[in-house]
Amino acid sequence: MQKIYPNAEGALDGLLRDGMTLAAGGFGLCGIPERLIDAVVASGVKDLTIASNNAGIDNEGLGKLLRTRQVAKMISSYVGENKEFERQFLAGELEVEFCPQGTLAERMRAGGAGIPGFYTKTGVGTQVAEGKEVKAFDGEDYILERGIRADLSLIKGWKADESGNLMFRKTARNFNQPAATCGRICVAEVEEIVPVGSLDPDCIHLPSIYVNRLILGAPYDKKIEFRTVREREAA
Amino acid sequence: MPWDRNDMAARAAKELQDGYYVNLGIGIPTLVANNIPAGMTVTLQSENGMLGIGPFPYDDEVDPDLINAGKQTISELPQSSYFDSAQSFAMIRGGHIDLAVLGGMEVSENGDLANWMVPGKMIKGMGGAMDLVAGVKKIIVVMEHTSKSGDAKFIPACTLPLTGKNVVDMIITDLAVFHRPDHDSPFKLIELAPGLTRDEVRQKTSAQYVE
Repeated sequence: MQKIYPNAEGALDGLLRDGMTLAAGGFGLCGIPERLIDAVVASGVKDLTIASNNAGIDNEGLGKLLRTRQVAKMISSYVGENKEFERQFLAGELEVEFCPQGTLAERMRAGGAGIPGFYTKTGVGTQVAEGKEVKAFDGEDYILERGIRADLSLIKGWKADESGNLMFRKTARNFNQPAATCGRICVAEVEEIVPVGSLDPDCIHLPSIYVNRLILGAPYDKKIEFRTVREREAA
Repeated sequence: MPWDRNDMAARAAKELQDGYYVNLGIGIPTLVANNIPAGMTVTLQSENGMLGIGPFPYDDEVDPDLINAGKQTISELPQSSYFDSAQSFAMIRGGHIDLAVLGGMEVSENGDLANWMVPGKMIKGMGGAMDLVAGVKKIIVVMEHTSKSGDAKFIPACTLPLTGKNVVDMIITDLAVFHRPDHDSPFKLIELAPGLTRDEVRQKTSAQYVE
Protein backbone atom coordinates (compact mmCIF):
# COMPACT_ATOMS: atom_id res chain seq x y z
CA MET A 1 0.00 0.00 0.00
CA GLN A 2 1.72 3.11 -1.23
CA LYS A 3 0.34 6.30 0.35
CA ILE A 4 2.96 8.68 -0.98
CA TYR A 5 2.07 10.54 -4.18
CA PRO A 6 4.45 12.62 -6.27
CA ASN A 7 2.41 15.81 -6.06
CA ALA A 8 -0.90 17.33 -4.95
CA GLU A 9 -2.59 16.87 -8.31
CA GLY A 10 -1.74 13.18 -8.28
CA ALA A 11 -2.87 12.74 -4.69
CA LEU A 12 -6.29 14.22 -5.49
CA ASP A 13 -6.74 12.21 -8.70
CA GLY A 14 -10.15 10.53 -8.72
CA LEU A 15 -11.26 12.11 -5.46
CA LEU A 16 -12.82 15.39 -6.60
CA ARG A 17 -16.36 15.93 -7.85
CA ASP A 18 -18.73 18.88 -8.07
CA GLY A 19 -20.95 19.45 -5.04
CA MET A 20 -18.77 17.53 -2.61
CA THR A 21 -18.04 18.43 1.01
CA LEU A 22 -14.46 19.16 2.08
CA ALA A 23 -13.01 19.57 5.56
CA ALA A 24 -9.84 21.63 5.69
CA GLY A 25 -7.35 22.21 8.50
CA GLY A 26 -5.70 25.48 9.43
CA PHE A 27 -6.28 28.52 11.62
CA GLY A 28 -5.94 31.76 9.72
CA LEU A 29 -2.99 31.02 7.43
CA CYS A 30 -1.30 28.82 10.04
CA GLY A 31 -1.19 25.15 9.08
CA ILE A 32 -3.28 25.44 5.92
CA PRO A 33 -2.97 22.72 3.25
CA GLU A 34 -1.82 25.18 0.59
CA ARG A 35 -0.47 22.73 -2.01
CA LEU A 36 -3.71 20.74 -1.92
CA ILE A 37 -5.84 23.90 -2.11
CA ASP A 38 -3.86 24.99 -5.19
CA ALA A 39 -4.56 21.60 -6.77
CA VAL A 40 -8.29 21.88 -6.02
CA VAL A 41 -8.26 25.33 -7.68
CA ALA A 42 -6.49 23.90 -10.73
CA SER A 43 -8.96 21.00 -10.99
CA GLY A 44 -11.87 23.38 -11.57
CA VAL A 45 -14.20 21.33 -9.34
CA LYS A 46 -17.11 23.51 -8.20
CA ASP A 47 -20.14 23.92 -5.90
CA LEU A 48 -18.01 22.87 -2.96
CA THR A 49 -19.14 22.93 0.66
CA ILE A 50 -16.11 23.54 2.84
CA ALA A 51 -15.91 23.11 6.60
CA SER A 52 -12.94 25.18 7.74
CA ASN A 53 -12.47 27.49 10.71
CA ASN A 54 -11.55 30.39 8.42
CA ALA A 55 -11.87 31.11 4.73
CA GLY A 56 -8.32 32.28 4.04
CA ILE A 57 -7.59 35.85 3.03
CA ASP A 58 -7.68 37.40 -0.45
CA ASN A 59 -5.49 35.23 -2.68
CA GLU A 60 -4.21 33.04 0.15
CA GLY A 61 -5.49 29.68 1.35
CA LEU A 62 -9.18 29.04 0.72
CA GLY A 63 -9.40 32.65 -0.52
CA LYS A 64 -8.06 31.27 -3.82
CA LEU A 65 -11.05 28.94 -4.18
CA LEU A 66 -13.42 31.78 -3.40
CA ARG A 67 -11.84 33.98 -6.05
CA THR A 68 -12.49 31.33 -8.69
CA ARG A 69 -16.09 30.90 -7.45
CA GLN A 70 -15.68 27.19 -6.75
CA VAL A 71 -17.26 27.40 -3.29
CA ALA A 72 -21.03 27.27 -2.75
CA LYS A 73 -21.02 27.13 1.04
CA MET A 74 -18.63 27.69 3.93
CA ILE A 75 -19.05 26.27 7.44
CA SER A 76 -16.78 28.54 9.50
CA SER A 77 -16.44 30.38 12.79
CA TYR A 78 -14.64 33.48 11.57
CA VAL A 79 -14.29 34.86 8.06
CA GLY A 80 -12.77 38.33 8.50
CA GLU A 81 -9.84 39.72 6.50
CA ASN A 82 -11.24 38.63 3.14
CA LYS A 83 -12.75 41.20 0.76
CA GLU A 84 -13.80 38.81 -1.99
CA PHE A 85 -15.52 36.63 0.59
CA GLU A 86 -17.34 39.71 1.88
CA ARG A 87 -18.44 40.70 -1.60
CA GLN A 88 -19.80 37.24 -2.49
CA PHE A 89 -21.46 36.87 0.89
CA LEU A 90 -23.19 40.25 0.76
CA ALA A 91 -24.27 39.61 -2.85
CA GLY A 92 -25.86 36.34 -1.76
CA GLU A 93 -23.56 34.31 -4.04
CA LEU A 94 -22.02 32.39 -1.17
CA GLU A 95 -23.84 30.58 1.62
CA VAL A 96 -22.22 30.75 5.05
CA GLU A 97 -23.08 28.67 8.09
CA PHE A 98 -21.50 30.39 11.08
CA CYS A 99 -20.53 27.80 13.64
CA PRO A 100 -18.87 28.54 16.99
CA GLN A 101 -15.21 27.55 16.82
CA GLY A 102 -15.36 24.90 19.53
CA THR A 103 -18.58 23.49 18.14
CA LEU A 104 -16.97 23.26 14.69
CA ALA A 105 -13.94 21.43 16.08
CA GLU A 106 -16.17 19.05 18.02
CA ARG A 107 -18.45 18.50 15.00
CA MET A 108 -15.39 17.33 13.06
CA ARG A 109 -14.08 15.26 15.97
CA ALA A 110 -17.51 13.69 16.52
CA GLY A 111 -18.04 12.99 12.81
CA GLY A 112 -14.70 11.23 12.70
CA ALA A 113 -15.46 9.28 15.87
CA GLY A 114 -18.79 7.89 14.64
CA ILE A 115 -20.88 10.25 16.75
CA PRO A 116 -23.66 11.75 14.59
CA GLY A 117 -24.68 14.41 17.10
CA PHE A 118 -23.88 15.79 20.54
CA TYR A 119 -25.32 18.26 23.02
CA THR A 120 -23.45 21.42 23.93
CA LYS A 121 -24.25 24.54 25.92
CA THR A 122 -22.33 26.69 23.43
CA GLY A 123 -24.83 28.93 21.65
CA VAL A 124 -27.84 28.23 23.87
CA GLY A 125 -30.24 31.19 23.63
CA THR A 126 -28.46 32.65 20.57
CA GLN A 127 -29.05 32.60 16.80
CA VAL A 128 -26.90 29.47 16.66
CA ALA A 129 -29.61 27.57 18.55
CA GLU A 130 -32.37 28.43 16.06
CA GLY A 131 -34.02 25.30 14.69
CA LYS A 132 -31.97 22.99 16.92
CA GLU A 133 -33.26 20.59 19.56
CA VAL A 134 -32.86 21.87 23.12
CA LYS A 135 -32.53 19.35 25.92
CA ALA A 136 -32.04 19.92 29.64
CA PHE A 137 -29.44 17.89 31.52
CA ASP A 138 -29.21 18.38 35.29
CA GLY A 139 -31.25 21.56 35.02
CA GLU A 140 -29.16 23.20 32.30
CA ASP A 141 -30.09 23.61 28.62
CA TYR A 142 -27.98 22.18 25.80
CA ILE A 143 -28.46 22.22 22.03
CA LEU A 144 -28.03 19.34 19.61
CA GLU A 145 -25.22 19.80 17.10
CA ARG A 146 -24.45 17.41 14.24
CA GLY A 147 -21.16 15.68 13.62
CA ILE A 148 -19.56 16.49 10.26
CA ARG A 149 -18.66 13.72 7.82
CA ALA A 150 -16.76 15.15 4.88
CA ASP A 151 -16.20 13.45 1.54
CA LEU A 152 -12.59 14.54 1.65
CA SER A 153 -10.26 16.06 4.24
CA LEU A 154 -7.30 18.20 3.30
CA ILE A 155 -4.69 18.73 5.98
CA LYS A 156 -1.19 20.07 6.50
CA GLY A 157 1.27 18.33 8.83
CA TRP A 158 4.91 18.84 9.75
CA LYS A 159 6.52 15.43 9.55
CA ALA A 160 5.15 12.05 8.48
CA ASP A 161 6.66 8.64 8.13
CA GLU A 162 6.10 6.61 4.97
CA SER A 163 3.16 4.78 6.54
CA GLY A 164 1.32 8.07 7.21
CA ASN A 165 1.96 8.49 10.95
CA LEU A 166 2.04 12.22 11.31
CA MET A 167 3.23 14.97 13.62
CA PHE A 168 2.24 18.60 13.67
CA ARG A 169 4.31 21.59 14.74
CA LYS A 170 3.32 24.16 17.41
CA THR A 171 0.00 25.95 16.78
CA ALA A 172 -0.15 24.67 13.19
CA ARG A 173 -1.91 21.57 14.57
CA ASN A 174 -5.23 23.41 15.22
CA PHE A 175 -8.07 22.04 13.03
CA ASN A 176 -5.82 19.67 11.09
CA GLN A 177 -6.22 16.89 13.60
CA PRO A 178 -10.05 16.86 13.85
CA ALA A 179 -10.43 17.64 10.12
CA ALA A 180 -8.28 14.63 9.23
CA THR A 181 -10.52 12.25 11.13
CA CYS A 182 -13.87 13.42 9.71
CA GLY A 183 -13.12 12.77 6.03
CA ARG A 184 -14.00 9.52 4.28
CA ILE A 185 -10.63 10.06 2.61
CA CYS A 186 -7.87 12.24 4.05
CA VAL A 187 -5.05 13.67 1.98
CA ALA A 188 -2.16 15.18 3.92
CA GLU A 189 0.70 17.40 2.82
CA VAL A 190 3.78 17.60 5.02
CA GLU A 191 7.13 19.35 5.18
CA GLU A 192 9.16 16.18 5.54
CA ILE A 193 8.60 12.46 4.93
CA VAL A 194 10.87 10.16 6.92
CA PRO A 195 11.37 6.36 6.83
CA VAL A 196 9.15 4.17 8.97
CA GLY A 197 10.77 3.78 12.36
CA SER A 198 12.17 7.32 12.48
CA LEU A 199 9.33 8.75 14.57
CA ASP A 200 8.82 7.84 18.22
CA PRO A 201 5.48 5.93 18.32
CA ASP A 202 4.69 7.74 21.59
CA CYS A 203 4.90 11.11 19.84
CA ILE A 204 2.55 10.54 16.90
CA HIS A 205 -0.22 13.18 16.83
CA LEU A 206 -2.23 11.59 14.02
CA PRO A 207 -1.99 7.80 13.59
CA SER A 208 -1.55 6.53 10.02
CA ILE A 209 -5.06 5.06 9.88
CA TYR A 210 -6.39 8.59 9.31
CA VAL A 211 -4.00 9.41 6.45
CA ASN A 212 -4.92 7.84 3.12
CA ARG A 213 -2.67 9.79 0.80
CA LEU A 214 0.43 11.81 1.47
CA ILE A 215 2.56 14.31 -0.39
CA LEU A 216 5.75 16.18 0.36
CA GLY A 217 4.72 19.83 0.00
CA ALA A 218 8.10 21.43 0.73
CA PRO A 219 9.56 23.93 0.23
CA TYR A 220 7.10 26.19 2.02
CA ASP A 221 7.05 29.95 2.19
CA LYS A 222 4.75 30.26 5.21
CA LYS A 223 2.72 33.44 5.38
CA ILE A 224 2.17 35.48 8.54
CA GLU A 225 -1.02 37.50 8.97
CA PHE A 226 0.13 39.76 11.81
CA ARG A 227 3.86 39.90 12.47
CA THR A 228 4.25 41.15 16.05
CA VAL A 229 7.67 41.38 17.72
CA ARG A 230 9.34 42.84 20.80
CA GLU A 231 12.60 44.76 21.01
CA ARG A 232 15.64 42.92 22.29
CA GLU A 233 16.84 44.51 25.54
CA ALA A 234 20.31 46.09 25.30
CA ALA A 235 22.93 43.69 26.66
CA MET B 1 -11.25 60.80 35.53
CA PRO B 2 -12.28 57.72 33.54
CA TRP B 3 -9.95 54.74 33.35
CA ASP B 4 -7.96 54.32 30.14
CA ARG B 5 -7.44 51.00 28.32
CA ASN B 6 -4.47 50.05 30.47
CA ASP B 7 -6.26 50.95 33.69
CA MET B 8 -9.18 48.73 32.68
CA ALA B 9 -6.83 45.86 31.89
CA ALA B 10 -5.02 46.40 35.21
CA ARG B 11 -8.35 46.29 37.03
CA ALA B 12 -9.24 43.01 35.31
CA ALA B 13 -5.81 41.65 36.32
CA LYS B 14 -6.78 42.12 39.98
CA GLU B 15 -9.20 39.21 39.49
CA LEU B 16 -6.33 36.82 38.69
CA GLN B 17 -5.32 34.23 41.24
CA ASP B 18 -2.20 32.12 41.55
CA GLY B 19 -2.50 28.99 39.46
CA TYR B 20 -5.25 30.32 37.20
CA TYR B 21 -5.62 29.21 33.58
CA VAL B 22 -6.92 32.21 31.65
CA ASN B 23 -8.13 33.05 28.14
CA LEU B 24 -7.82 36.66 27.01
CA GLY B 25 -9.80 38.11 24.12
CA ILE B 26 -8.52 40.50 21.47
CA GLY B 27 -8.10 44.24 22.26
CA ILE B 28 -8.10 45.56 25.84
CA PRO B 29 -8.30 42.00 27.31
CA THR B 30 -4.90 41.21 25.71
CA LEU B 31 -3.37 43.99 27.84
CA VAL B 32 -4.25 42.02 30.98
CA ALA B 33 -1.18 39.88 30.20
CA ASN B 34 1.07 42.90 30.94
CA ASN B 35 -0.50 43.29 34.38
CA ILE B 36 -0.04 39.84 35.91
CA PRO B 37 1.23 40.45 39.47
CA ALA B 38 4.88 39.51 40.04
CA GLY B 39 5.29 36.12 41.67
CA MET B 40 1.87 34.90 40.52
CA THR B 41 1.70 31.91 38.16
CA VAL B 42 -0.98 32.51 35.53
CA THR B 43 -1.11 30.33 32.42
CA LEU B 44 -2.63 31.91 29.32
CA GLN B 45 -4.59 29.74 26.91
CA SER B 46 -4.83 30.47 23.21
CA GLU B 47 -7.88 28.78 21.73
CA ASN B 48 -6.07 27.89 18.50
CA GLY B 49 -4.25 25.29 20.56
CA MET B 50 -1.72 26.40 23.16
CA LEU B 51 -1.29 26.70 26.91
CA GLY B 52 1.46 28.99 28.16
CA ILE B 53 1.53 31.93 25.73
CA GLY B 54 4.89 33.70 25.85
CA PRO B 55 5.66 37.32 24.87
CA PHE B 56 5.90 38.55 21.29
CA PRO B 57 9.03 37.01 19.72
CA TYR B 58 12.26 38.82 18.91
CA ASP B 59 12.44 39.75 15.25
CA ASP B 60 14.79 36.85 14.42
CA GLU B 61 12.66 34.31 16.29
CA VAL B 62 9.35 34.90 14.51
CA ASP B 63 7.75 31.55 13.61
CA PRO B 64 4.74 31.34 11.26
CA ASP B 65 3.71 28.11 13.05
CA LEU B 66 3.41 29.91 16.37
CA ILE B 67 0.54 32.39 16.57
CA ASN B 68 -2.18 33.38 19.03
CA ALA B 69 -5.92 33.43 18.42
CA GLY B 70 -5.58 36.97 17.05
CA LYS B 71 -3.17 35.52 14.44
CA GLN B 72 -0.26 37.50 15.90
CA THR B 73 3.16 35.87 16.16
CA ILE B 74 4.03 34.89 19.74
CA SER B 75 6.66 32.83 21.58
CA GLU B 76 6.54 29.75 23.78
CA LEU B 77 7.57 29.24 27.41
CA PRO B 78 9.36 26.25 28.98
CA GLN B 79 6.01 25.03 30.35
CA SER B 80 4.00 25.56 27.14
CA SER B 81 1.99 22.80 25.48
CA TYR B 82 0.28 22.49 22.12
CA PHE B 83 -2.90 20.64 21.19
CA ASP B 84 -5.57 20.51 18.50
CA SER B 85 -8.71 22.67 18.30
CA ALA B 86 -11.06 19.94 19.59
CA GLN B 87 -8.86 19.46 22.66
CA SER B 88 -8.60 23.23 23.09
CA PHE B 89 -12.34 23.68 23.21
CA ALA B 90 -12.82 20.58 25.33
CA MET B 91 -10.86 22.39 28.05
CA ILE B 92 -12.88 25.56 27.44
CA ARG B 93 -16.32 23.95 27.24
CA GLY B 94 -15.49 21.48 29.98
CA GLY B 95 -15.02 24.21 32.57
CA HIS B 96 -11.27 23.75 33.01
CA ILE B 97 -10.40 27.39 32.26
CA ASP B 98 -10.74 29.60 35.35
CA LEU B 99 -11.27 32.99 33.77
CA ALA B 100 -11.92 34.61 30.40
CA VAL B 101 -11.70 38.35 29.74
CA LEU B 102 -13.62 39.47 26.66
CA GLY B 103 -14.68 42.67 24.95
CA GLY B 104 -18.35 43.55 24.68
CA MET B 105 -20.78 45.59 22.62
CA GLU B 106 -23.70 45.21 25.06
CA VAL B 107 -24.30 43.51 28.40
CA SER B 108 -27.80 43.18 29.81
CA GLU B 109 -28.75 43.45 33.46
CA ASN B 110 -29.35 39.68 33.59
CA GLY B 111 -25.86 38.95 32.29
CA ASP B 112 -26.49 38.37 28.57
CA LEU B 113 -23.56 39.34 26.35
CA ALA B 114 -23.63 40.60 22.75
CA ASN B 115 -20.23 41.01 21.11
CA TRP B 116 -20.18 39.27 17.76
CA MET B 117 -22.43 40.87 15.17
CA VAL B 118 -24.29 44.01 14.21
CA PRO B 119 -27.24 43.35 11.86
CA GLY B 120 -26.77 45.09 8.53
CA LYS B 121 -22.99 45.12 8.85
CA MET B 122 -20.60 42.51 7.50
CA ILE B 123 -20.70 39.48 9.79
CA LYS B 124 -17.23 38.11 10.47
CA GLY B 125 -18.35 35.34 12.81
CA MET B 126 -18.28 34.55 16.49
CA GLY B 127 -14.96 32.69 16.51
CA GLY B 128 -14.57 31.07 19.91
CA ALA B 129 -16.52 33.65 21.92
CA MET B 130 -19.71 31.59 22.29
CA ASP B 131 -17.74 28.58 23.50
CA LEU B 132 -15.77 30.67 25.98
CA VAL B 133 -18.80 32.31 27.60
CA ALA B 134 -20.61 28.96 27.77
CA GLY B 135 -17.78 27.03 29.38
CA VAL B 136 -15.29 29.18 31.27
CA LYS B 137 -15.85 29.41 35.03
CA LYS B 138 -15.77 33.20 35.30
CA ILE B 139 -16.46 35.75 32.56
CA ILE B 140 -15.27 39.35 32.77
CA VAL B 141 -16.40 41.79 30.08
CA VAL B 142 -14.22 44.86 29.55
CA MET B 143 -15.82 47.61 27.50
CA GLU B 144 -16.35 51.38 27.22
CA HIS B 145 -19.26 52.41 29.39
CA THR B 146 -21.09 54.08 26.51
CA SER B 147 -20.99 53.83 22.71
CA LYS B 148 -19.37 56.50 20.54
CA SER B 149 -22.78 58.14 20.24
CA GLY B 150 -23.16 58.17 24.03
CA ASP B 151 -25.65 55.32 24.38
CA ALA B 152 -25.45 53.06 27.42
CA LYS B 153 -23.91 49.62 26.77
CA PHE B 154 -24.96 48.09 30.13
CA ILE B 155 -28.66 47.97 29.41
CA PRO B 156 -31.93 46.25 30.46
CA ALA B 157 -31.92 43.83 27.50
CA CYS B 158 -29.46 43.39 24.63
CA THR B 159 -30.62 44.75 21.27
CA LEU B 160 -27.86 42.96 19.32
CA PRO B 161 -27.73 39.20 18.65
CA LEU B 162 -26.44 37.39 21.72
CA THR B 163 -23.12 35.66 22.23
CA GLY B 164 -24.40 34.02 25.38
CA LYS B 165 -27.37 34.16 27.72
CA ASN B 166 -26.82 34.84 31.43
CA VAL B 167 -23.06 34.34 31.22
CA VAL B 168 -21.35 37.52 32.50
CA ASP B 169 -19.95 37.66 36.06
CA MET B 170 -18.20 41.03 36.04
CA ILE B 171 -18.26 44.18 33.90
CA ILE B 172 -15.31 46.57 33.88
CA THR B 173 -15.91 49.82 32.02
CA ASP B 174 -13.92 53.05 31.85
CA LEU B 175 -16.20 54.41 34.60
CA ALA B 176 -17.03 51.59 36.99
CA VAL B 177 -16.94 47.92 37.96
CA PHE B 178 -20.08 45.79 38.37
CA HIS B 179 -20.05 42.30 39.82
CA ARG B 180 -22.49 39.58 40.77
CA PRO B 181 -21.69 36.58 42.96
CA ASP B 182 -23.80 34.13 40.93
CA HIS B 183 -26.02 34.03 37.86
CA ASP B 184 -29.26 34.49 39.82
CA SER B 185 -28.18 37.74 41.50
CA PRO B 186 -28.32 41.28 40.12
CA PHE B 187 -25.12 43.15 39.32
CA LYS B 188 -23.75 45.37 42.05
CA LEU B 189 -21.71 48.53 41.52
CA ILE B 190 -18.53 47.76 43.45
CA GLU B 191 -16.05 50.36 42.24
CA LEU B 192 -15.88 53.77 40.58
CA ALA B 193 -13.11 55.23 38.42
CA PRO B 194 -11.32 58.07 40.24
CA GLY B 195 -13.46 61.19 40.53
CA LEU B 196 -16.62 59.50 39.22
CA THR B 197 -19.81 59.67 41.28
CA ARG B 198 -22.54 57.08 41.65
CA ASP B 199 -24.96 59.56 40.06
CA GLU B 200 -22.81 60.01 36.97
CA VAL B 201 -22.58 56.26 36.49
CA ARG B 202 -26.33 55.90 37.07
CA GLN B 203 -27.01 58.54 34.38
CA LYS B 204 -24.93 56.67 31.82
CA THR B 205 -26.39 53.23 32.60
CA SER B 206 -29.85 52.06 31.64
CA ALA B 207 -29.53 48.62 33.29
CA GLN B 208 -30.88 48.03 36.78
CA TYR B 209 -28.17 47.26 39.32
CA VAL B 210 -27.74 47.50 43.07
CA GLU B 211 -25.38 49.93 44.79
